[in-house]
Amino acid sequence: MTTQEPSLEPYRKKLGRLDALTDKPTHYCQGCEHGELTRLIASAIENLGIRERTAMIDSVGCSVLAFDYLNIDHIQSPHGRAPAIATGLKRVRPELVVYTVQGDGDTLAIGLLEVMYAAIRGQPISVFLVNNAIYGMTGGQMAPTTLKGQITTTTPYGRDIEFTGAPVDACKLLSAIDGSAYVKRVSLAISEVETPRGKSYSIKNILEAKQAIENAFKVQLMGGFSFVECLSSCWVNWKLPIMEAKRFVNEQLVKQYPLGTYKDRFGIEKK
Amino acid sequence: MTDRVYMKGNEALAYGALKAKLNAYFAYPITPSSEIPETLAREFGSEEYPDFKVFLQSASELEAINMVLGAAAGGVRAMTATSSPGFSLKQEGLSYAAGMELPFLVVNIMRGGPGLGNIAPEQGDYFQMTKGGGHGSYRMIVLAPNSVQEMASFPKIAFDLAFKYRNPVCIAGDAFTGQLKEDTVFPKIEATEYDVSSWAITGARGRERHVLNSMNLDPEVHAKHVTHLDEKYKCVERNEVRYESYLTDDAEVILSAFGITSRICKSVVNNLRSQGSKIGLFRPITLWPFPYDEVKKLTEHANHFLVVELNTGQMVEDIRLGVEGKAGVDFFGKVGGLLPTEREIEDKIQSPAEEEISD
Repeated sequence: MTTQEPSLEPYRKKLGRLDALTDKPTHYCQGCEHGELTRLIASAIENLGIRERTAMIDSVGCSVLAFDYLNIDHIQSPHGRAPAIATGLKRVRPELVVYTVQGDGDTLAIGLLEVMYAAIRGQPISVFLVNNAIYGMTGGQMAPTTLKGQITTTTPYGRDIEFTGAPVDACKLLSAIDGSAYVKRVSLAISEVETPRGKSYSIKNILEAKQAIENAFKVQLMGGFSFVECLSSCWVNWKLPIMEAKRFVNEQLVKQYPLGTYKDRFGIEKK
Repeated sequence: MTDRVYMKGNEALAYGALKAKLNAYFAYPITPSSEIPETLAREFGSEEYPDFKVFLQSASELEAINMVLGAAAGGVRAMTATSSPGFSLKQEGLSYAAGMELPFLVVNIMRGGPGLGNIAPEQGDYFQMTKGGGHGSYRMIVLAPNSVQEMASFPKIAFDLAFKYRNPVCIAGDAFTGQLKEDTVFPKIEATEYDVSSWAITGARGRERHVLNSMNLDPEVHAKHVTHLDEKYKCVERNEVRYESYLTDDAEVILSAFGITSRICKSVVNNLRSQGSKIGLFRPITLWPFPYDEVKKLTEHANHFLVVELNTGQMVEDIRLGVEGKAGVDFFGKVGGLLPTEREIEDKIQSPAEEEISD
């Protein structure tokens, strides 16, 4: 008689195993929204039935290992250049759905030209920006989106915007470009709510983000450039407890970076 | 286009690439290479070149090389061209491409440097092209044409090598070979079909996903990757060395030069041979892999080498490595866009002295 390893398959099915995800556990810190974004993208890919024709361009930063997690074709890009690589691939393989996941430093500092020009050309790709107001992977330096007065390792006395310039609003920038078709800002942080039975958590933000990601892919399939900025926390580098960091996103970060639809040229949200 | 034409080197290179079934070109203008994108822009959409499906002008050299990376990852014949300052900007992309093993063609029509230099010819990017201008242990195959005819025929060779070894290939011209007009013949060529099915990014339909990546956080895994690349480069060194030897069989003196300076040196060899000198020309065509073994063989009869370059002495270091101290090695260089005259080179041979640079 042989003993067999018990199969995890039924449990995975129950939890909603996604073909677009690999079995590899992610390296993301506990409580980080990168894991949520990875799963939301995977579920959007499955809902639209595009797994076999989708390619991700992995950036440099905390999303650098995404090729381990999403069961699709990948190209790992130099820092900031993901939209240029996406453009080159999409031009020669227009049948593919091509997207990038990039951090605030990758997109808005070293790679600002690349993302702006992808938008200027109306390149049908999707860019997902994870804005956590800090360089996470390198250990908490000032990012273009770091808030006024925010303490980071390179602004140890708080960001002085007289000296560094003001935080960059990616959605305002990209929606002002004629070529962009869909520009949206969402929050990936769950929020606390008071219920008659006490404190609970709302996943309203997550559901809205999921819809925005699906819309971004749909806009790309319609031939437009789509951009979704995802406000996220980085409790490790912010040096806050996990839930306080999420609260900071939904109470403070949103003041500088208001959520909402900045541009919807194809009216995808009305369809 | 007729088979025999009179045209500039840059134009010939563009047509050579089209005849080798170029699929995608990403452009950023820079003198003295701009006739390449201009020629391709004119031919874009022409029925004569149905494979030429993408022409796109980028917003920077960085964007252009990364677009090439994306297109090459898609498994097509992709290309970009630039000149020295632009080539510096491409180094990041070339390092990533070597790490990801992406095949494509990059052309460097060299001009004066360092910095903005000028738009006149120099060969000062030899080190950058052959020793790895980007970070990490990698190599790029470098072909140096010395005529408009070779500018026309090298793109096909470059694409074949790029796809054979999955590595970027560089054509190293200079402002002379780019701007020179000569009679050129375009023979009928059969473009090779390359099998990219095991790695190209085409969507994971009916196959495992493809991941093109230059990163391995695990030192053991990364060591394996870099060793694999190194073995590939050693294979290139064994199999792809190209050079031209002219009247070297009995030569006691060897003139060595690449690109445009080799044309002047050939005239010098003809002049001095007619006067009875035992002199020959050795021209490396692949600057990497460098023909070290052939240089060494020449020392069996040659006791003196004169290396002539449009820089302050770069390839001369590789000649010295090949010579291994078995013959004297002199250098004569011109910079700033000036060319050495035949007379100057002859004087230098007849009175070998300390290395010198004239301006």
